[in-house]
Amino acid sequence: MPTSKLIRGYEVVIGLENHVQLSTQSKIFSGSSTAFGAAPNTQASPVDLALPGTLPVLNRAAVERAIRFGLAVGAKVAPLSIFARKNYFYPDLPKGYQISQFEIPVVQGGAVEFFVGSARHKVNLTRAHLEEDAGKSLHEDYQGMSGIDLNRAGTPLLEIVSEPDMRSGAEAAEYAKTLHALVMWLGICDGNMQEGSFRCDVNVSVRKPGEPFGTRREIKNLNSFRFLVDAVNYEVNWQIDEIEDGRKIQQATVLYNPDTGETRAMRSKEDSADYRYFPDPDLPPLVIAPEWVERVKGEMPELPAVMAARFESADGLPAYDATMMTQSLATARYYEAAKAAGAAPKLVANWVMGEISKRLNASGGEIDAAPVGPALLARLIGRIADGTISNNAARQVFEALWSGEATDVDAVIDAKGLKQVSDTGAIEAILDEVLAANQKSVDEYRAGKDKAFNALVGQAMKATKGKANPALVNELLKKKLG
Amino acid sequence: MKPVHDMGVAELAAALKSRALSSREATQALLSRIATHDPALGAFLHVDADVALARADAADAVLAAGHAGALTGVPIAHKDIYVTADMPTTAGSRMLAGYRSPFDATVVARLNAAGTVGLGKLNCDEFAMGSANENSAYFPAHNPWDRSRVPGGSSGGSAVAVAARLVPGVTGTDTGGSIRQPASFCGITGIKPTYGVCSRYGMIAFASSLDQAGPMARSAEDCALLLAAMSGFDERDATSVNKPPQDFHAQMRAAREGATAAQPLRGLRIGLPREFFPAALSADVNAAVRAGLAELEKLGATLVDLSLPRTELAIPVYYIIAPAEASSNLSRFDGVKFGHRAAKYDDLLDMYKKTRAEGFGEEVKRRIMIGSYVLSHGYYDAYYLQAQKLRRMIADDFQQCFTQCDLIAGPVAPTVAWKHGEGKDDPTQAYLADIFTLPGSLAGLPGMSLPVGTGAGGMPVGLQLIGNYFQEGQLLHAAHALQQATDWHQAAPAGI
Amino acid sequence: MSLTPDDVSRIAHLARLELQPAESAALLGNLNDFFEIVGQMSAVDTAGVEPLYTPLSAIEQVQLRLRDDVVTETNQRELNQRSAPAVEDGLFLVPKVIE
Repeated sequence: MPTSKLIRGYEVVIGLENHVQLSTQSKIFSGSSTAFGAAPNTQASPVDLALPGTLPVLNRAAVERAIRFGLAVGAKVAPLSIFARKNYFYPDLPKGYQISQFEIPVVQGGAVEFFVGSARHKVNLTRAHLEEDAGKSLHEDYQGMSGIDLNRAGTPLLEIVSEPDMRSGAEAAEYAKTLHALVMWLGICDGNMQEGSFRCDVNVSVRKPGEPFGTRREIKNLNSFRFLVDAVNYEVNWQIDEIEDGRKIQQATVLYNPDTGETRAMRSKEDSADYRYFPDPDLPPLVIAPEWVERVKGEMPELPAVMAARFESADGLPAYDATMMTQSLATARYYEAAKAAGAAPKLVANWVMGEISKRLNASGGEIDAAPVGPALLARLIGRIADGTISNNAARQVFEALWSGEATDVDAVIDAKGLKQVSDTGAIEAILDEVLAANQKSVDEYRAGKDKAFNALVGQAMKATKGKANPALVNELLKKKLG
Repeated sequence: MKPVHDMGVAELAAALKSRALSSREATQALLSRIATHDPALGAFLHVDADVALARADAADAVLAAGHAGALTGVPIAHKDIYVTADMPTTAGSRMLAGYRSPFDATVVARLNAAGTVGLGKLNCDEFAMGSANENSAYFPAHNPWDRSRVPGGSSGGSAVAVAARLVPGVTGTDTGGSIRQPASFCGITGIKPTYGVCSRYGMIAFASSLDQAGPMARSAEDCALLLAAMSGFDERDATSVNKPPQDFHAQMRAAREGATAAQPLRGLRIGLPREFFPAALSADVNAAVRAGLAELEKLGATLVDLSLPRTELAIPVYYIIAPAEASSNLSRFDGVKFGHRAAKYDDLLDMYKKTRAEGFGEEVKRRIMIGSYVLSHGYYDAYYLQAQKLRRMIADDFQQCFTQCDLIAGPVAPTVAWKHGEGKDDPTQAYLADIFTLPGSLAGLPGMSLPVGTGAGGMPVGLQLIGNYFQEGQLLHAAHALQQATDWHQAAPAGI
Repeated sequence: MSLTPDDVSRIAHLARLELQPAESAALLGNLNDFFEIVGQMSAVDTAGVEPLYTPLSAIEQVQLRLRDDVVTETNQRELNQRSAPAVEDGLFLVPKVIE
């Protein structure tokens, strides 16, 4: 594990709790639809509204998604787990309790690996459990009242709790991004953070290295990775300021305000809430037989980590590249398709991580809708590999293809006259001229200055208007200089 | 033809089938009887003649077409703990004054589908919490045998309606004895089946791991007919046992192996736990229960002495578990989605507190407080967890007993019905009177109460029979045999 | 084990019940009486005994029955809200929720 970077002499300790809405058709305990965006309370059945006499019945598909997640992170899937009531009063919580899991959750342990920059990190998971989502409060003014919409109440959630293994906001964001990609990869969550499908609560504390854990504050409901980093940074500095001023950190739940960039303690949270957890008598123990786990295992897509390992061993990709190619199922499919069309794996990875990634980040688009598809990319790479064009020229071709200017690699090469000169004789002739015209550089090179070599190469490229095959130029120049 | 109100469920069903009278006529007769007698009895919280007569007419059409089932056209009524779409549901509480459920409880829907005619909603202790029907927020119910006395609870209105012959059969619920004890106090027959046999969907929850639906009527046979229609798997209740509806009437009639006409109960071993016959059991109740047991012996049963050593512990165990579950179940009553909301409040917190203070009665508040306390941080292990462990030990004790007997028998309550107001001073003392019904409730076992004569003041006494899991048939069979050989169950209070 | 008036206030707050002083005092008495009765329970040795959260688990392993992932409910908003204390634009209205 890399050592922690201290902030103002303090070590930052971060754990995450992610609430992941599971992509089932119906709710976890009722037959209402989970579709987003319906008119208020039109997807709130008597069970969702907690009308007198109603009872919960568990959705099999929610359990199946939890099993899938557990297998994906190498966790233990509990053969027997218990639903418990978490009792508290809030208008968006119709029963006055949330059905959740407490002492015995469905998924126990597990770990998630990811990169921060080029450093590999591993975060252990404590657990993941099933629970129901609450409704929503709308604060538009209804004569000073709030409006409660219970459409969301009862949507299945998987709450994923990490150990406090993270040591920076950047690490926390990468962990969250990896988890986000994973749940979408597994097909258990649509990952739509704008719609609240994937939410992050971040527990942050600070301590002087070697000391026990400090008191943590929880930043709730972050729905953007950018905000996560900003919120953590603000919170860390706030906590350090408090401590340096001689005050103790009080456990609190805080909200991040993106407009002000500040975290602020919530007012309404129950002070050290006593949730009076007890096993829900309406729901007998959830038994998951080994056969069920085996079946889910058999139906799982190849996991990103497994696929990445395969890319490393079979394709010779470096670990980092392999991880990048498995950031999403769509990326992996793109990579594999380009490879299948004949392009060298490492070159595909370079283009995906470089030019493609750059453009997609700017446009916010998805790789499976990229204007340059895998087959086209493979053709382009082929033209570099066979010496037709240089890397620089390839970037120009790529731009033309991406912008929709053209759809054929060779046509663009011809139209823009990008074919590089690979004729040995022609290059040798030009080199002779360059050497003759640059005696000073020749002498400097002979005297040991390597930079002089580059200057000569530069002159040769200039003489050919950049069209000479650079590799060939290098090779032939070396020969000539002896 | 005898008066409608003197006919039981089976009898009336037969009369309707033979078209000796119509369902409309039967319904009208009983509606009129309710109007005459109920003001002094307080059995009903709500009566709806229009809805009832419409159902009666529908039943008559079915009867005329010759498609009648076992219960078609029979007027009944439902404890106001069951939600009904066509009548308000209050659970005996101000919290739900005027509440109109959008759906029917499963048990109600099944009885409707069987062609019964619901006349109205029956009085009960608020949210089924109580043993005298004095905790109803509306008005108390009165024992038809002596109106200065309680009918028992929490299904007090149900028991009164049957005992006073306002309806031949009703639904009740039993969590700690709330069918058996009022049946005993009012001289009628009632059965609480095995936990999970009837659906709890639409039964306003008190204690989820204890609540069960059951019928009350004037005979085991009538109860068997009603229970058959009420019971069976419901996919909307995850604690519903995956068994189809059973023909309890057939099970009731099925002859025992080795039985004779004179000895229908030959070979039946009836266990008598010595803890069910303590010194505190009043002599009159003891005498009536012994008389009942003697009759069972005459019919061929053998009495076996045994022990249920943790009987007394059932009281603290129940009064920890039931309030704990109730405190959580009642959290939904918050003035947000349905039910009462305080008229004046400063903010959200104030709205919650005033709404619940105004909507709930004293006993409900008491149990919410107890329940919240035993679940709270630091007390959970010592109280709630300990109680659930003792609960298993009590259930295991019963299994031990059932290796030595087929049924367990004893009194339902230590005394006959007490006078109004007597239980009020010390609510905790009142809990002690549940001692005989609580153990069976905690174990989830089926239990019956059937009348075995009278005790002090001419008040009825009930004999309790407890069966092993899913042995409702055996209970009903024994009770039916007793009722064929005796006429205690046919006695009716004077003057009504 | 004896409860104090503070305990009563704390529990009443947890349960969202506003109690009048006389009620609080009466409840304190009731609760203490109640816990007298309950005392005998603590003395019993229950080591190694599994709690009985649902009765039938006394004789068999009761398993949670699952339902298929199918949308079975339709929009019944009017019916479901007919007993609501305050509704506007389909929303349940409550005193402002301050975060």
